[in-house]
Amino acid sequence: MSSERAAIAVKGLSFAYARQPVLHDLDIRLAPGDLAAVIGPNGAGKTTLLNCINGLTRPAAGSIDLHGCSVAGLGARRRARMVATVPQGFHIPFAYRVREIVALGRSPHLGFWGGMSERDHRTVDSALAQTETTELQSRRFNELSGGERQRVVVALALAQQPRILLLDEPTTHLDLSHQIEILNLVRGVNRKREVTVLACLHDINLAAAFFRRMIVIDAGRLVADGTPEEVLTPDLMAEVFKIRAEVVTDPVSGQPWVVPHVHPNGDAQRYEMTGNGS
Amino acid sequence: MATVGRTPGGASRWRGPPATLVLGPLALVVLASMVLAAMVGSVTIEPGAILAMVWNRLPFGDVEAWWPATSERILFEIRLPRVIAAAAVGASLSVAGVLYQGLLRNPLADPFIVGASGGAAVGAAAGSILIALHFTILGFGIVPLLGFVGSFLAVWVVYLLSRHQGKSSVSGLILAGFAIGSVAGALNALAVLLSDRLQLRIVQNFTWLLGGISVTGWTPLFTILPLMAVAIALGFLLTMRLNALALGEEGAARVGISVERTKFLIIGLASLLTALAVSVSGLVAFVGLMVPHAVRIVIGPNNRLLLPASAMVGAAYLALMDLLARWILAPVDLPVGILTAIVGSPFFIVLLRHARGQHEF
Repeated sequence: MSSERAAIAVKGLSFAYARQPVLHDLDIRLAPGDLAAVIGPNGAGKTTLLNCINGLTRPAAGSIDLHGCSVAGLGARRRARMVATVPQGFHIPFAYRVREIVALGRSPHLGFWGGMSERDHRTVDSALAQTETTELQSRRFNELSGGERQRVVVALALAQQPRILLLDEPTTHLDLSHQIEILNLVRGVNRKREVTVLACLHDINLAAAFFRRMIVIDAGRLVADGTPEEVLTPDLMAEVFKIRAEVVTDPVSGQPWVVPHVHPNGDAQRYEMTGNGS
Repeated sequence: MATVGRTPGGASRWRGPPATLVLGPLALVVLASMVLAAMVGSVTIEPGAILAMVWNRLPFGDVEAWWPATSERILFEIRLPRVIAAAAVGASLSVAGVLYQGLLRNPLADPFIVGASGGAAVGAAAGSILIALHFTILGFGIVPLLGFVGSFLAVWVVYLLSRHQGKSSVSGLILAGFAIGSVAGALNALAVLLSDRLQLRIVQNFTWLLGGISVTGWTPLFTILPLMAVAIALGFLLTMRLNALALGEEGAARVGISVERTKFLIIGLASLLTALAVSVSGLVAFVGLMVPHAVRIVIGPNNRLLLPASAMVGAAYLALMDLLARWILAPVDLPVGILTAIVGSPFFIVLLRHARGQHEF
């Protein structure tokens, strides 16, 4: 596959924060329309990877091309039309209404005067409809529940009309039903709009149920990249997440399901594994 | 006040308060306040006569005069310059408040609190000591230039000091603003003292620092009013980016805002507006805090409407406060800054108590 065909082409990416290496020589390639999850322990460099891809952070070495354009060469506005990022959540000062927040997604498309055209309004309508937030549009963002808020944040990203959607642990603050709701929404966007999706997730089993491709990062290095069946093994769980786990088959989805050993004294189990017992 | 319109597709859209319904009545309020302020004084001039006199100054105005000639002199030589200066200062400080609050994502930001006013006053005082150099850039003397530099530097320092891990907290902002404001106050006091002892010509006296509208003719207005108008118009062009900054600096960058450039533009414009206001009126506190906050409660936080509406409310507010300042202890002319501080401080305290714990981000 040529580099123009890839939606995301990360080559030899390294990043260091205050001399502490965070990412080390990463190579990742996503074809247009791909749907992939990034998993890894805390501090593995997942957020940094996303922030390099969306241009918020400048890598120390390596190149990132989005649909054949170098991220570093794209201006802020063109970058925001190409790639949108859903953060874990954010706080909004002042009582902005939901529709006003979603309309901010049009920022990179607006002209000099900053006015919204009928086309911009329609794009906002459609972003609200896709995330089922049309009914919430006149509510104040800060008064919404966690699940509603996160749908609005996804709507804001969709209003950018991106070709690539990055999600940074979008389900962290949500209960199980809202986690499923958000991931269903993301999968729907990926299928209907052919938006390339790369999502960092903490919940490995949820990731395995929704994503056919899983990329595992540990200490800034690529450890595994493949289908959930290929990637999720007891060895990988021990090596990357430092837990002893069985991998069984989920009777509903048929996907692998990681079952960690939770001993009454869980810490002992863990130290026994890693040999750091006190 | 919000309206929900129907789209061609049939889905309803929330549209917020319509601009004409907000700005139209506000324009009338501004006009009424200015006429009222021009009316009251040692000699009362009736409002009809004020409007007719102003109308007659237009190329096509030809109303027959029924008023005494002294009224006309009082209006055009004394009252009108002062009323217009007060309104312009109110509008400028309010727009500066909108810009600072949007940038800092913090409803407690105000040109006075973030140190801009103090910095401008120090710069202006330094300029008046150095005025002997006869230094000008683009026709601007050293006093307004150094006022702008002082204002910009003070805000930049407060901004840097108030940030912790990429966020500007309320407590950090107020503490940093207090620190820089105290330094500015000390330097100003020193400048006043020095000018007294060394008989230097500080541009105005101590009442200037208390915040009095000290305009007595048209000359200073001819240079300052166009600049204020341009700065407010440029501020309006930044309103979409100001809205995007509600997402935080990273959030704004994600939707394609060049954050560093935008911050620089906002601080630059707001500092320019503050410095212009300070050069007319000295330190007038809390206008830039109260006006945008009160307007936001009524029409919502969208800066596209908030900025022009705050400019108008600020203009009317300061014109009326200046009228009170002339009238309460007449014939003593109080500095208007004393009144805005007396009205504004309780407002600020209530706001601070209400905001506790809510705006720490």
